[in-house]
Amino acid sequence: MELFRYTAHQLHSKLKNKEVSAVELTQAVLDRTDAVESSVKAYITQTRDTALAQAKAVDNKINNGEDITVLSGIPGVLKDNICTKGVKTTCASQILAKFVPPYDATVVEKLASQDTVIIGKANMDEFAMGGSTENSGFHPTHNPWDVNVVPGGSSGGSAAAVAAGEAVWALGSDTGGSIRQPAAYCGLVGLKPTYGRVSRYGLVAFASSLDQIGPITRDVTDCAHVMNVISGYDAKDSTSINSAAPDYTKSLTRDIKGLKIGLPREYFVAGMDADVEKAIYKAIDQLVALGAEYQEVSMPHTEYGLSAYYIIAPAEASSNLARYDGVSFGHRTEGTDIVDMYKKTRSEAFGAEVKRRIMLGTYALSSGYYDAYYLKALKVRSLVKQDFDKAFDKVDVLITPTTPTPAFKIGEKSNDPLAMYLQDICTIPVNLAGVPAISIPCGFSGKLPIGLQIIGKPLGEETLIRTAYAFEQSNDYHNRLAPLGEVK
Amino acid sequence: MDYETVVGLEVHSELKTKSKIFCGCSTSFGADQNTNVCPVCLGLPGVLPVINEKVVEFAIKAGLALNCEILPFSKFDRKNYYYPDLPKNFQTSQFDLPIAVNGYLDIEVNGETKRIGITRVHMEEDAGKLVHSGSIATSDSSLVDYNRTGVPLIEIVSEPDLRSPEEAKAYLEKMKAILQYIDVSDCKMEEGSLRCDANVSLRPRGSEKLGTKTEIKNLNSFKMVQRGLEYEVERHTEVLEEGGKIVQETRSWDEANGMTVSLRSKEQAHDYRYLPEPDLVPIVVDPAKVEELRRNLPELPDARKARLMADYGLSAYDAEVITASRAMADYFDETVNCKADAKTAANWVMGEVSKHINAAGIEIEACPVSPTKLAELINLIDKGTISNKIAKTVFEEMWTTGKNAATIVKEKGMVQISDASEITGIIDKVIADNPQSVADFKAGKEKAIGFLVGQIMKQTKGRANPEMVNSLLRERL
Amino acid sequence: MEFPEHNDLDGEIMKITRKDVETVALLSRLEIPEGDIEKVTGQLNAILEYVDVLNKVETANVEPTAHVLPLKNVFRQDEVKPSLPRELALSNAPEQEDGYFKVPKIVEG
Repeated sequence: MELFRYTAHQLHSKLKNKEVSAVELTQAVLDRTDAVESSVKAYITQTRDTALAQAKAVDNKINNGEDITVLSGIPGVLKDNICTKGVKTTCASQILAKFVPPYDATVVEKLASQDTVIIGKANMDEFAMGGSTENSGFHPTHNPWDVNVVPGGSSGGSAAAVAAGEAVWALGSDTGGSIRQPAAYCGLVGLKPTYGRVSRYGLVAFASSLDQIGPITRDVTDCAHVMNVISGYDAKDSTSINSAAPDYTKSLTRDIKGLKIGLPREYFVAGMDADVEKAIYKAIDQLVALGAEYQEVSMPHTEYGLSAYYIIAPAEASSNLARYDGVSFGHRTEGTDIVDMYKKTRSEAFGAEVKRRIMLGTYALSSGYYDAYYLKALKVRSLVKQDFDKAFDKVDVLITPTTPTPAFKIGEKSNDPLAMYLQDICTIPVNLAGVPAISIPCGFSGKLPIGLQIIGKPLGEETLIRTAYAFEQSNDYHNRLAPLGEVK
Repeated sequence: MDYETVVGLEVHSELKTKSKIFCGCSTSFGADQNTNVCPVCLGLPGVLPVINEKVVEFAIKAGLALNCEILPFSKFDRKNYYYPDLPKNFQTSQFDLPIAVNGYLDIEVNGETKRIGITRVHMEEDAGKLVHSGSIATSDSSLVDYNRTGVPLIEIVSEPDLRSPEEAKAYLEKMKAILQYIDVSDCKMEEGSLRCDANVSLRPRGSEKLGTKTEIKNLNSFKMVQRGLEYEVERHTEVLEEGGKIVQETRSWDEANGMTVSLRSKEQAHDYRYLPEPDLVPIVVDPAKVEELRRNLPELPDARKARLMADYGLSAYDAEVITASRAMADYFDETVNCKADAKTAANWVMGEVSKHINAAGIEIEACPVSPTKLAELINLIDKGTISNKIAKTVFEEMWTTGKNAATIVKEKGMVQISDASEITGIIDKVIADNPQSVADFKAGKEKAIGFLVGQIMKQTKGRANPEMVNSLLRERL
Repeated sequence: MEFPEHNDLDGEIMKITRKDVETVALLSRLEIPEGDIEKVTGQLNAILEYVDVLNKVETANVEPTAHVLPLKNVFRQDEVKPSLPRELALSNAPEQEDGYFKVPKIVEG
């Protein structure tokens, strides 16, 4: 098997056993990227030279008999809304096309402390607004399972890179499903941590009260390892949970006997794809066979949660994106005066979806409408959160499809923003409540992967990982690889 | 029509913390442009704020010193508007739950105490500075310095309780004194650490309803506040008397031309679209901590003034002047602690000391004559070693040379002549030399004695004890 | 900022008008080309109609959730930390002069 097909934990053993060097491994991944990137287009920026230098440093450590950790020397990619010092960070927007941050995000510092190898910055929907990566200001990304199909979004580049073997692991960000949905569409494991579990310092903000950074990996074990590195309190982030993160690899047992699963009826929507439905129910049966029990629960405010999200997220975004004005960084279009410059810069360099959401958000916050929209949405958010609290009084985890349908064709939904929004019905309420959730592969619809979502209590990542691992190890979906051949 | 002036003031005061409100950059004044900045205060993509605990402490102290209620639950909000001195195009401020509400301060106007209500005190971040050649209106481009963005401010909003430009000035002076006393701000208007916007409206006397108000910005000194208000009151009066309506707008004080100019463009007033700051969590104030801060507040201006009047018998006016700044009150107290007579000390502090520091354009903290040295000088006067008049000369010398009083008096031989026989001798000589004046005096011209006294002083180079000269001269005549 | 009067909600669908769109565009410092205003208005209306379902929920006695975490009083000490070197602070500036960021003519409003 080619090197790029192994998981991080498998490669770690090879590095430690000196079966392969970090440089060889990185080179193999870079070679793979060269071979397939023209059909996947997962990358915005590749950092080949620094990656090889980082790999070399790890090899030196290994040769000196020094200890290395699981992610040391393992090439990964970061979603391009995570600030990397000295490396262009664009959020897939023309307005930041040349922006080079003078600082590293906290997660980047943490990864560096583990001697990981970063091979590039991944494509995404512009400013994380979208569910297909078609909203990228540069180019769309293609799903390695079927290049005519979207990889999902907004962390589409991250997921596609890992699924294509162009990276061993990735970081994405999730505001309404942007880690979990692309993970589902690309047959990968994607985890959105509890809000506040991972520092947002250095994550370019979309919706501050909803955003979280999380791993997109080939299997649950890798996910646990990445979580170990990136989680934890950060004094630079006032919304960071002030408690040390546990060792998530300790949850890689297979024991889910007695686990109480809740099936929220509102997530099993009419219009759910038949293959998805079948796969989800099969997965539930499998979990029962492994010792879990399930019951139906109701989360009556689910539908309202979606509407609340489409007020809260754009409202916060409209404020977060006001700084993109051509004054002190980023793109500038000259104008006759400063107001003209603001308007021309923002209108030219923001994409249509971004502008739409900014306008929606501005409207929702404007005088006369604040109570009716924003305040109302914040109240509905309380009700959505209460639904989760009540459900978790009865069960340990909730199981739902990650998305109602598998990945759709590139261009199929791009003209209808509303149709795009409806893909997020299973993922959005999780962000509103701030609880953690993971998506893992649970089957196929033709050649397209289907994702199973497991939702946990606040700081319930350990239970999620334990449940996901038990399920994963009872099937071989995580061993299946996208049949992406070389493209010459 | 008799109109009543109604004024409300919004004061912004920079808090003298070492670091900014949301990041660790220095707040030092006068640094080279864009050298006190970091990703956070530059508002770069991805950054997050973290509240400086000292800012909250200072804001609570200010609230307490202004007799406010400290709200048990307080939060930050975003105030959204576009301006190049605002990196994020929103200012993190406090909207509906400010740190302190419902306070007051007292001012003295025409010998009467008046209580001015304070609506609220809230925390916010300062914006950057714009530099242009010429004026902002005529300049083709502007230069932005972000050193000041993120410097912590408190905004103090008064009730519309002020009734004249004089009252407004008194309010500002008292506010400045209070903030200096509790040591939360330097309050230097010329450095921008104290700023004031004024809201003014007129209404027919006796009416309860407020008239349409205008806001005046760019008032960069207490004098400008007063002049700006005087101008605006006149302008309002003219408009109303002609039957016109006041347009609610913001106007800028044009110092060069002595007038206010409308800042209102065709765009309407700002819609700030406040929303709770999602990157910061709320502040829940610990009542015990508030009590501790309250207990540890220093003696405030009014209390200090009362104490000076009670302990030293100073007049209300004198006590008011001396306690107007904490530094001056401290200087006075120290002088008295060095055993100088309080009333004399008051006269000297308000007189020669103030005259000299004002002329030199320095603060009293930089006065080259220390309280100890001043006390020594005062004691020489009180002991009769030198006269008050000579003392002024000595003070001059102390100011320029830094030497102490005793040394100067000795070096210059300025010791007062208080020996009766010596004085009498000189008196007799002067009487003998000036028969005409003597005759004039005896004929009833009181003024002639002044001439004789002058001659005696001249003979003694001013050293003769004036009281003795007067009484002995009259005896001899 | 005067939005045209909209009636009280109670079940009525709020409609964003063309004028609203123009006002909102100005507030957001965006220019919508004349030919696109109609389309944008339609798209925003579609989303607002969808969102309108919020009105069906009773929230009179519900507290708003601005933060999902029960965090409070998160502070840092008043300590000076190193600032950025100026070249780095200006490194992304579209236009600079003499260590300042340079911007075009400023008009009020």
